[in-house]
Order: sequence, then structure tokens, then C-alpha cells
Amino acid sequence: MTALPPLSETKIPVTVLTGYLGAGKTTLLNRILTEPHGKKFAVIVNEFGEIGIDNDLVVGADEEVFEMNNGCICCTVRGDLIRIIEGLMKRKGKFDAIIVETTGLADPAPVAQTFFVDADVGNAARLDAVVTVADAKWLAARLKDAPEAKNQIAFADVILLNKTDLVSPAELREVEARIRAINPYAKLHKTVNCAVPLDAVLGKNAFDLERILEIEPDFLNAEDHDHDHHHGHDHDHDHHHHGLKHYHDEDMQSVAIKYDGEVNPEKFMPWINDLTQAEGPSILRCKGILAFKDEPKRFVFQGVHMILDGDLQREWRADEKRDCKLVFIGRDLKEDLIRDGFQKCVA
Amino acid sequence: MTTPATSLTERVSPIDAGAHVVAAHFLGRTPVLALADGTVIISEPGNETRIPAHEEAAILCAASSGSTLFTGGDDGRVVAITATGAITQLAHEKGRWIDAITARADGAIAWAAGKNLSARDAKGEVKTWIAPTTPRGLSFMPKGYRIAASHYNGVSLWFPNAAAAPELLDWKGSHLDVTTSPDGRFVVSSMQENSLHGWRVADKADMRMTGYPAKIRSWSWSHDGNWLATSGAEASVIWPFQAKGGPMGQSPRECGVREFKVSQVAFHPKALILAIGYEDGWIILVRLTDGSEILARSTQNSKEAVTALNWDASGRQLLFGTQDGHAGVLSLPI
Ligand SMILES: [Zn+2]
Repeated sequence: MTALPPLSETKIPVTVLTGYLGAGKTTLLNRILTEPHGKKFAVIVNEFGEIGIDNDLVVGADEEVFEMNNGCICCTVRGDLIRIIEGLMKRKGKFDAIIVETTGLADPAPVAQTFFVDADVGNAARLDAVVTVADAKWLAARLKDAPEAKNQIAFADVILLNKTDLVSPAELREVEARIRAINPYAKLHKTVNCAVPLDAVLGKNAFDLERILEIEPDFLNAEDHDHDHHHGHDHDHDHHHHGLKHYHDEDMQSVAIKYDGEVNPEKFMPWINDLTQAEGPSILRCKGILAFKDEPKRFVFQGVHMILDGDLQREWRADEKRDCKLVFIGRDLKEDLIRDGFQKCVA
Repeated sequence: MTTPATSLTERVSPIDAGAHVVAAHFLGRTPVLALADGTVIISEPGNETRIPAHEEAAILCAASSGSTLFTGGDDGRVVAITATGAITQLAHEKGRWIDAITARADGAIAWAAGKNLSARDAKGEVKTWIAPTTPRGLSFMPKGYRIAASHYNGVSLWFPNAAAAPELLDWKGSHLDVTTSPDGRFVVSSMQENSLHGWRVADKADMRMTGYPAKIRSWSWSHDGNWLATSGAEASVIWPFQAKGGPMGQSPRECGVREFKVSQVAFHPKALILAIGYEDGWIILVRLTDGSEILARSTQNSKEAVTALNWDASGRQLLFGTQDGHAGVLSLPI
């Protein structure tokens, strides 16, 4: 028998680029494509013309958002993406990764859901991360008048707060606090001309259940807006959060739960299923790592609206505390309902 | 599953295609393969010709009129190839993909590039219609010059030579491929939710055919038009269409049950014999009348799906191709 790589490594990684009009999405895309990384990309774009890289495969898309047959408004997929990824698989081996550029007004959820709902897409490709480019000067205004911009921030795994040279340090702190009020968990990079190292946006494995463990440092600090987390290595971006004002966005927020103990899986599983079915339209993303009673392995889950994905993973190590951490990001979340419901699941 | 008692595996002449076989058709008696790498192979016994029909591009779809192969590529080109290797570009939709193509015996074809649906009649005149969303499947209706195009929320029946808007057979959801019964009474689409949807054209009566574990991406009508064999399950599910109501209120038959999913089906052109290709590369022939099975291809090292399967017009030869670039011709001992 030959040893095969884990399934996830044979699937083509897909990075989704979102961002409101003019934020600098195309700048980031061109940067990704022109850097000397030796990789070939298949790029799914909405407008041709602004990118012209001979070496890569560029495909035009129409953002055909289709409802699924359950008739629910949040259960949508990108029909064009299903068709295009099927077509791209005929060129398998000719490219290393796929980048999906969405229009400025697009909701990232249908793109993400496509990877969980369509079996053929799910077998061929895996969602790596949703990367959102935001304009430091205009984001605060867009968060007030454009629900799409707020969705894109809330949904992101990685946020590039771009054009920081056009705002004062005070304005920058202000907009950062606005972002953190909506999404405290995304990796935030402050940039000029979207200048970030490529590994800040590619290869993030943000949707891989096995890698959800690796975002723990941010998880642990989730409720602490004033923390100052120095990484052991040096990033060229500023990751300090001192002096961030506490904002609470009127309609988009996150609920983080930390519980120093175990839950009963027979109570937790029906609860999380029922919660995401009932509240799915308002829950954009959720993630969690849990200790089940009498279960030596960790349970890890994530969700997009009503779609849940969860599995038992590696065993808890002897030096680890068996505890539970969950996070929900969404619109008008019923925080009390979520906290009370979880509390009833503790073992 | 039991291995079929009899075997025809010794009667397969292999063709080394070398790339994902998108389509396999006989042009007259000549086996022709369309490959994902843009190549078309004309495989005369002892004389194989490889034609770069879509250079530096992928063939996404192909259809045959019986004498000509029509290919659509991600280079936006529609190309016609004859058994002698003559190649003609029929259309070039710059910056688009050819997502679907269909052809009929007189040489008329239709293709979809994004929302643009084009029909080219046998004389070469092209008409275009813009569909509400990108058509993923196309099929000529047997009567008149009319095309069924499947898209989001239904199937449109389009007369390219008429000014009138196409007639819509509506059903909510994402429709993938479409086929029309040989007598023109029924239109059937495959859907995103692993099911089939059918309409009786006369009164648009709906019929739902569900219970599949995967999408149905291959189907075939029996020569008498009474049966529609389908892929998408661990057997070929075969629906009866001889009754006035088609399969309504009737149970399908299941043939060739294995622990692997059926990926391709092709009915024999003259008898109730079904060729079934599986996701692990096996091919079995099943006689509908008694359910008897004959093994046509088994695999040991390769486990890649059969992706193309078609009989020649006489029913003496069966051509197949697989995802990992294997292909071959089975000659029946007749
Ligand atoms: Zn929903």
C-alpha cells in the first residue's frame, strides 16, 4: 500500500476575495498574481480587463445565486461556481489554487455554502479563507449605509484594512474598533496598496476543522478588546489593540462563549442543530471546540448560516484543560437565547 | 455483488488516450474521443490520429451528429471534426466558455456560452437567444427545429426560427442537463438536488424522480423509447416511459447493482441491452429482459470513473473512456 496524503491536501484550495467597491480588491489580486511565488492560479472574476496575467487562467463569472430547494432565504449557492469548478477540473494539474473575486456588492455566504452543499465541488476543492479588503477612509461610512460591506467584514477570516496612508492614526483606530465590534476574530492587516506577504492571505485553512485549533490564540482573547498579543515572530503589520474604543455595532455582533468544563453531547448536538436551523438566517458564521463528557477527543464544529460541519478530532492532551469555546457572528443575534441554550447542555 | 459469470473483457481493444476522456462517439464506424486537454483522437484500427482541436485549452463538452463531432472548449470555440480529420471552427465566443453543446443527425447544433444560447442550422445560419440564467444542458426536440435548454427554475423550449418567446417548463431549482423522449412527449431534467424532474409536454404535468445519492449526469433512452436509464446511484435506475403518464405512479427498475456508483449509461441501439460504466472504471452489460449481466471491463490498478460511453449505430461495438485517460473499443461476438 502506498501512503496517500490526507484528502484535504489533494483538493484545490480556494481563496475568496471580497470587498466593497474601490477598496482595493483588484490591487490585491494583481499583487497575488504578480509576486514571484512560482504558483499558477485559476482566477474567477466578474469583470475582465483590469487583470492581465498571461500565466494564469482567468474565467469570467456571472454570480448566479441560486436558492436551494428548502425554500429558505439564507440557503443559497453560487450556481456559476459549481459549473466553473466542474470545468476547471478538466484542467486539473495545470494550476495550484483558485481565487474567486466577488463583486463589491456580493454576499460571501453563497460562495462559502457552495463548498459545503455541492458534493462535486466539495470533493474537488476546499474553501481556504474569505479575505475582505476594506477601505480605511470610507469603511466607517459604508458600514452605516451598505449592508453588503458589513456582511463582508462579518464573514471574513482575513481583513486587509487598506489605504491606511489616507487616514490619521486616530481615524485608523476608530475604523479598526468598528471592525472589531463586528468581527473580533478575523486576522487584521493594516496595509497601503494591499502590501501584505502572500502567506497572510493564502493557505490559511480557515475552514479546515483540523486547523480551527490554530486560531486559538485569537479565540482565547476574544472577549478582551484591550489585549496586546505579541507574536513570537515579527509581522510587518501592527497587531496591537491598545486604546481601541469599545463599539457595539447596532445590528451585527458576535457572541463568544467560554466554559471551563464539559458538555453532554446528547444535549449539545440537538441544541446546536436546532439553533442553526431556527436562527440560521441571522447567524453568518459560527465555530467551536468542545469537550464532551466521557469523550477523550475534542469535538470541533463550524457553520455558515444553517450549514453545520463538525467532527471529533485528536485527543485532549494531558496538559490541556478540557473546556468549551464557541463563537457566533451574525445580525441581531439573540445573545441570551444562545447563552441560556448552551448552559442547558453542560454536563 | 457477484462477478458476472461471463466476460467480454478479452474483446476490448485499448486506446491510450492519455487525458480525461470528455466524450466518446463513433463517427460512422470510426471511434473518436474528445479529451479534456483539447485533443481529439480519431482511432482507426492501426492508425491513430491526434488532432489539437482546442490548442492550449480544455474541451468542456462535445456532441455527435453521427458523422461529425462537435466540441466546445474553455477557449470559447466551437469546432467540428469529421472522421477523416477535417476540422472547422464554427464559432468563437471570445472570453467565454462553451458550457453545453448538442447536435442532431442533419448537422444542426446548439451551444451555450454564458447566458447566450446559439443555434446553427444545417445550412449554417446562426440564431441567438439570451436565457434568463446560464443554460447547463441542451437537447434537440425530436419534432421541428426546437431546442430544450435547462437553467435555473426550469427548461425553456426555443424555436430558433420563431420570433415568439420560448415556452417555459417551470420548476423551482437548479436544472443541470436536459433530455427529450424520442417521441417528444416528455422533457426530463437532472437537478442540483440529486433528482430528476420531468414534464409531459402536452399539459406540462410535473413528475419528480427522486432518491438518488448523487447528481444524475448520464442517461440514455432505449431504442424503443420506453425506458430512460440513468446514472447517479449504485445501480442504473431505469424509468418506464411507455405509459401515458410516463413514470408517474410507477417504480423504476434497478440494474447492475454494485457497491460503486454508476457514472455512465448507454442503451444498445437495437436491443434492450444497457451498457453501464461505474465510478471505479468497471463496465457491465445488462439485458433488461432477464437482468443477466456480462462483464465488459474490470480494473485493478486504476480506479477512475468511466466518463464516456457510446455504441456504434449497428450495436456491434461499444466505445468508452475514463477520467484517467484510458479508453477502448469492445467488439461484440456477433
Ligand atoms: Zn437557510
